[in-house]
Amino acid sequence: MDLRKLVDKVKPTFTKGGKLAFLESTFDGFETFLFVPNKTTSKGSHVRDCNDSKRTMICVVLALLPAFLFGCYNTGVQVSLEGFNAFLYGLVRILPMVAVSYITGLAIEFAYAQIRGHEIYEGFLVSGLLIPMIMPVSMPLWMVAVSTAFAVVFGKEVFGGTGMNIFNPALLARAFAFFAYTPQISGETAWYSDWKFMGAQVDGVSGATALEQFATKGAMDFSVMDAFLGFIPGSFGETSTLAILIGAVILLYTGVASWRTMISVFVGGLAMGLLFNAVGGNAYMEIPAWQHLIVGGFAFGAVFMATDPVTSAQTNTGKYIVGFMTGALAILIRGINPAYPEGMMLSILFMNALAPLVDHFVVESNISRRKNRSKKLAK
Amino acid sequence: MSKEKEPLFSAKNMKYLTGPFGANNPVIVQILGICSALAVTVQLKPAIVMALSVTFVTALANLVMSLLRNGIPSRIRIIVQLVVIAALVILVDQVLKAFVYDISKQLSVYVGLIITNCIVMGRVEAFALGNKPWPAFLDGLGNGLGYGLILVIVAFFRELFGSGSLFGIRIIPESWYIAEGGFYSNTGLMLFPPMALIIVGCIIWVHRTKNKDLQEK
Repeated sequence: MDLRKLVDKVKPTFTKGGKLAFLESTFDGFETFLFVPNKTTSKGSHVRDCNDSKRTMICVVLALLPAFLFGCYNTGVQVSLEGFNAFLYGLVRILPMVAVSYITGLAIEFAYAQIRGHEIYEGFLVSGLLIPMIMPVSMPLWMVAVSTAFAVVFGKEVFGGTGMNIFNPALLARAFAFFAYTPQISGETAWYSDWKFMGAQVDGVSGATALEQFATKGAMDFSVMDAFLGFIPGSFGETSTLAILIGAVILLYTGVASWRTMISVFVGGLAMGLLFNAVGGNAYMEIPAWQHLIVGGFAFGAVFMATDPVTSAQTNTGKYIVGFMTGALAILIRGINPAYPEGMMLSILFMNALAPLVDHFVVESNISRRKNRSKKLAK
Repeated sequence: MSKEKEPLFSAKNMKYLTGPFGANNPVIVQILGICSALAVTVQLKPAIVMALSVTFVTALANLVMSLLRNGIPSRIRIIVQLVVIAALVILVDQVLKAFVYDISKQLSVYVGLIITNCIVMGRVEAFALGNKPWPAFLDGLGNGLGYGLILVIVAFFRELFGSGSLFGIRIIPESWYIAEGGFYSNTGLMLFPPMALIIVGCIIWVHRTKNKDLQEK
């Protein structure tokens, strides 16, 4: 029996008057996940495009795949496994986290959709994958669940759900975990793996991430090539700049992410790094500016987080400004406050809060410029 | 012909006392006294001491100002209010220092800052200056306790999840902790003031859901 017929057959059970009518939102969510809805708007503007927000989200998930697959491999490499075993090890460790994050987040989203009686929004499709990717694999699962629940409820639902959020939900989950469970997410112990599986060698696991090594020793133990390719300890998805760049190409090619934001984040980071290089001071400030871009979560944040169409700036000029400040602020936090080496998270969240303000002034200045122009013409 | 005397605990008077627990709560409806609600709610014990201190000050400040209300020129009423409130706060501060020194240390400046607690001045201005002493006293008492109620709820969650204890007594067993080989860890964010704000937000959320007439359009 084909799927469309099956869906149509059970549909009356879930619509008004049916036995399971109280699950209407849930059913609708699954139906539109499988098929493009054939509903059309009756008034207002019409945009005829099958690229609705579900397809957009799928694009982002596709773009995340290179980083995800590499993350699996690198997780194994970090416990001295090789080849396919390394990949399998990483996969086995990350899948429970992905499952927990999706189940927690979707359960909350479905519950809210049901209570408020609207259809299920698809925003969590991406957030659910992003959350495990920006945490260390050694994170206890219940912490992932609590952080996810916090992010979905306080980052999204209180503002009215998908598309209404001020802050990027995935980053909010990480920020919550960072402040609530600091020892599990940063510092020496976070990257330590005590999981024995398929002959993983545990004793040789190195503790500190590249950024932490910069703080303690003034240099990292890894070669620049390793850092670029991603064979370093760190949060699951953030290590490989190469894999992230592949994702960036997918995002830019499909037009899902804004190149304006992405480029200006990198430019901002580079500019702040160069400024620090010129001034000098502590170990972080003396890292060559371009190396900042390949260690820690900078690249990942720039490509997947700062470009979030909901929380980033909406105007083109605003995108340049917010992007530049995000990058500059991230490096500023790294340099000035080594206690928070992951400045990218804080700077993106901060600029999320400022983006509407930037947009406001961009729009205002545009209005006043055009007013002046028309006044001049009238004279 | 004189009016019949209103009984002390008439329905109207009791409403002054109980109103601030629900529909007229100073913290979650009038959004007053938030600063101290964030500062002293890391643990239950200081929160309760703080709640009692504020209750004492609001109740007596209301009573005194209501007694004086007809004798004060309205131009200088603020300064008179401040003198009364400050005197009461100093009294509380000294008593705390004498009898519960440790908690007084924990509360640090926040006892002195009761003077600036918006609830105290708010009730004196809005209620005591226009009402008789007994209702004014009940209103002060009710508002102090209503404020205390929120403090205790917030402190309960913050101490339970932030330190794993209640009133300093361990609730979550030691052996659950990661350091002891378990799986559990305290939610460190609970110890920071932002989390108190989020908990207050949650209380407001629940409260507004139950009291539909309070919902802003």
